[in-house]
Amino acid sequence: MADVSPAARQGAPAARPWFGLLVAAGVLLLLIAAPLLPAVWREVPAALRLPLSDWIEGGMNWLARDAAIGGLAFSDVTRALAAAAQWPIEALQVLLAEGWIHGAGFNKVQLVPPLSWLGITLATALLAWRISGRGLAVMTLVAGLYLALFGLWTSAMTTLASVLICVVAALVLGLAIGIRAHRSPGMEPAVRAVMNVMQTVPIFSYLLPTLLLFGYGPSAALFATVVYALPPMVHATVLALRSVPPETLELARMTGCSRRQTLWQVELPVALPRLAIGLNQVVMMTLNMVIIASMIGAGGLGYDVLRALRRLDFGAGFEAGMGIVALAVVLDRLTQAAARNQSIGRRRLWSRRDSLIALALLAVPTALSYLLPALAVWPKGLSLTSAPFWNAAVSFINQNFFDPLEAIRTFMLLNVMNPFRDALAALPWSAAVALLALAGWRLGGWRVGGGIAAMAMFIVITGYWLPATGSVYLTLLAVAGALAVGMPFGIWVSARPRWHQPVQLLLDTLQTLPTLVYLLPAVMLFRNGDFSALIAISSYAVAPAIRYGIAGMAHVPSERVEAAAMSGCSKWQTFVHIRLPAALPTLLLGVNQTVMMALSMLVIAALVGTRELGQEVFTALSQGLPGPGITAGLCVACIALIADALLKSGAARAARHQGEAHA
Amino acid sequence: MPDTPVSRPVAISAEGVWKVFGPDAAGFRARPAGERSPEAMARDHLIGAVRDAGFQIGRGEVFVIMGLSGSGKSTLLRCLTRLIEPSEGRILFDGQDILTLGEKPLAELRRKRMGMVFQHFALLPNRTVLGNIAFPLEMQGMDRDRAEARARELAEVVGLTGREHRFPAELSGGQQQRVGIARSLTTDPEFWFLDEPFSALDPLIRADLQAEVQRLQQEHTRTTIFVTHDLDEAIRLADRVAIMENGRIVQIGTPEELVTRPATDYVRRFVAKVPPARVIRVSSLMTPAEGDMAGEPVSADATIAEIAPRIVAPGGPLRVLDGQGRPVGALDRQSALQTLASGI
Repeated sequence: MADVSPAARQGAPAARPWFGLLVAAGVLLLLIAAPLLPAVWREVPAALRLPLSDWIEGGMNWLARDAAIGGLAFSDVTRALAAAAQWPIEALQVLLAEGWIHGAGFNKVQLVPPLSWLGITLATALLAWRISGRGLAVMTLVAGLYLALFGLWTSAMTTLASVLICVVAALVLGLAIGIRAHRSPGMEPAVRAVMNVMQTVPIFSYLLPTLLLFGYGPSAALFATVVYALPPMVHATVLALRSVPPETLELARMTGCSRRQTLWQVELPVALPRLAIGLNQVVMMTLNMVIIASMIGAGGLGYDVLRALRRLDFGAGFEAGMGIVALAVVLDRLTQAAARNQSIGRRRLWSRRDSLIALALLAVPTALSYLLPALAVWPKGLSLTSAPFWNAAVSFINQNFFDPLEAIRTFMLLNVMNPFRDALAALPWSAAVALLALAGWRLGGWRVGGGIAAMAMFIVITGYWLPATGSVYLTLLAVAGALAVGMPFGIWVSARPRWHQPVQLLLDTLQTLPTLVYLLPAVMLFRNGDFSALIAISSYAVAPAIRYGIAGMAHVPSERVEAAAMSGCSKWQTFVHIRLPAALPTLLLGVNQTVMMALSMLVIAALVGTRELGQEVFTALSQGLPGPGITAGLCVACIALIADALLKSGAARAARHQGEAHA
Repeated sequence: MPDTPVSRPVAISAEGVWKVFGPDAAGFRARPAGERSPEAMARDHLIGAVRDAGFQIGRGEVFVIMGLSGSGKSTLLRCLTRLIEPSEGRILFDGQDILTLGEKPLAELRRKRMGMVFQHFALLPNRTVLGNIAFPLEMQGMDRDRAEARARELAEVVGLTGREHRFPAELSGGQQQRVGIARSLTTDPEFWFLDEPFSALDPLIRADLQAEVQRLQQEHTRTTIFVTHDLDEAIRLADRVAIMENGRIVQIGTPEELVTRPATDYVRRFVAKVPPARVIRVSSLMTPAEGDMAGEPVSADATIAEIAPRIVAPGGPLRVLDGQGRPVGALDRQSALQTLASGI
């Protein structure tokens, strides 16, 4: 061929299978020859250790106790902030969940009841009806009734109050940072780098420093949540502002708009549809984090789940979990509908009359609740519960299927999981770092290779190498499981257009569920331990595998498929020679997403007793040690960034190979 | 230069305007004239998007800048409004060099005296038709009611009555550009800039809107700079056309001059498909008046194609009248027929 492929022009050899084999052979050889290596290269020597975790510990403690700016103690500032943040949380909780209560204990008198559950449900349903349609309105009603009748309303409103406040805070801050980053091009890469790390640091790592600075309680949870939900909003803001057409900006200049006018009258309104998508992400991330943060005293549905899990009352846990699902689905659909209305230009959906009706819907049941207390809080005696049923179901399964389930678990642990974990742990760190760097260099050049080496060395010198191998083992197996199920299923669905919509709906729902929910069924069936963690992580990470499986196949140029058909290819030949290579870049990005999801689930899975970085973070959290907590969290981030760098370079390379520019 | 000079009082004048893109675009001013050939600049990875453009535009004239994509026509238009900062040169509006203006006076100039229509309309999706048309006035601080009253007038002028409260997403492409046109005229600007305004529209709508622009121009004559890649559009609307090739203006002339006396082969190839009768005017073919004469009257400014029915009718020479209705010459039917027949 006269044409020189871009890869060949860059001097990268085309014989890739050969390279893969070499790496595999190298790993095998290393495992066999590992004992021959000097011990320094096998196990991380103490001399190499950097007491980073101690430094962070010391720094945080200094910040929390001794730091002062001109006589004003830093901790006083943070405590004051916490107190200030407490105020809106409490106000919303009075409004939504508790009402105004005077006194305590037996003298407790409710002076003003909270907004009636019926009123909130009806008003929200009206909103859903207006911005989406009858379907979402019915869904909202069902969700509201479920929460009220099953006695979850107060917890749900506590959670909702935190979510609302965090979303507003994250929205304002995210917009402000995003606008700054967009305005000064020099700042944008820096912001993006920080945001990338922030998105991969596990949830618990955020909780630690905030606990230390803001004290145990709802406002610490609030600060952690806002920080956690910030990156997607910043990202969405930058993307949204960048999507404003240059002509529209020229219009602003031609009409002599000031900077402020340009921002508020032109840029933000035009960017609104994309900002609304960012809002949806922020709401979902906030909900997830609020659920997790329940553990540090914010209360709410997450706390209900956790308490039930501790009592081994799976039924109650499941019920509260379904409450989370109900809340998540309604919030997600509402914000998605709002975003969609923005992007397709549906407007004027909410009239002044609707506001009046909504107000009446809220006010009337609340007023009536003075006479009829059941409208304020559904009486405990009348609460429905399905907990006994679920508990019975779990007992039934355990009584009748204990042996096969246990056999599966034992088989997996003994023959797959443990050997793999031990093999990874036995891998000499020096060789592993070298191999990772080599792979990075081959896939993405010396920069990627160097970056990977630096991040791997970070794990080595902070002394978390061994737990890190534990994390990698669990992640790799979980990803393998998710891919083995998800990708073929996605590819299978892609050829069946009738299935697209129901599967999309299923995936959307799966991805809205907060991480804690995934633990429940796994623990119900397989008790605590690595196997339950594996199941939970796999099922959490399966959604992107399916999604990208479908997307990858949809991106295959139809002309190529037609060309294959005209050349008389069989279905299988077309799949292997045409569809799969063309889909490869997208599929690799799907693998990347799957890995990221699995890593973010790792820390949650620590709740069921794993032995890896997630557990280190979790333990540090329960002991209140910010040093190890943050350092181990950064190590998880390093693993995520290494995987991201490798897979993205691989995808870019595959895309180049396919002769397409892959964004 | 075979360029046709401006025949009216000068409103806009551009002198030696360059716009250079590349790594060291700032250092361009220091380059000697000999180092400014495309080849010499390409060696330093500089691209001259606009190369030494100079012209004058008369008050009330429709000046069309035309060229293929990448010829630099949109860049030149943006240099005139300073949406793009020229690398070198002078751009005078009524003798005032706008390149020396500070941010405030420039914004004031754009607000009060310029209007611009964009290729992709650049409407604000969150505002209604009225809100979009009123936008420039609101940005000047006019209160909403007054701005909307003015916007209502303009909506009527461009034929959008009854659609004032629709959002852009609810309008067709042609209607959207009508909003764009109305918005560009809300402030009643002296200088009207149109950047390929109709190229995103389908041919029938495009013809409608071209007629709309002609009508608006008849009702209220503005100094208009119109960028297009469509020669047909240029001929329909232009008093004079500047043809650009690779950043350089290769010829400025009336449509008739471009067809009858193309300056370069490039222009010749460009105008080859234009039937001469569409651009050649009666005044170019007539013989001077010799005393009193009979015959059907025709306007000296009309193109041959416009008076075709009268040419093909039997009879003697046609009587040519100027704008004031005075006889100025005679048009021989035979030579007019030859023009009509050529280029078909």
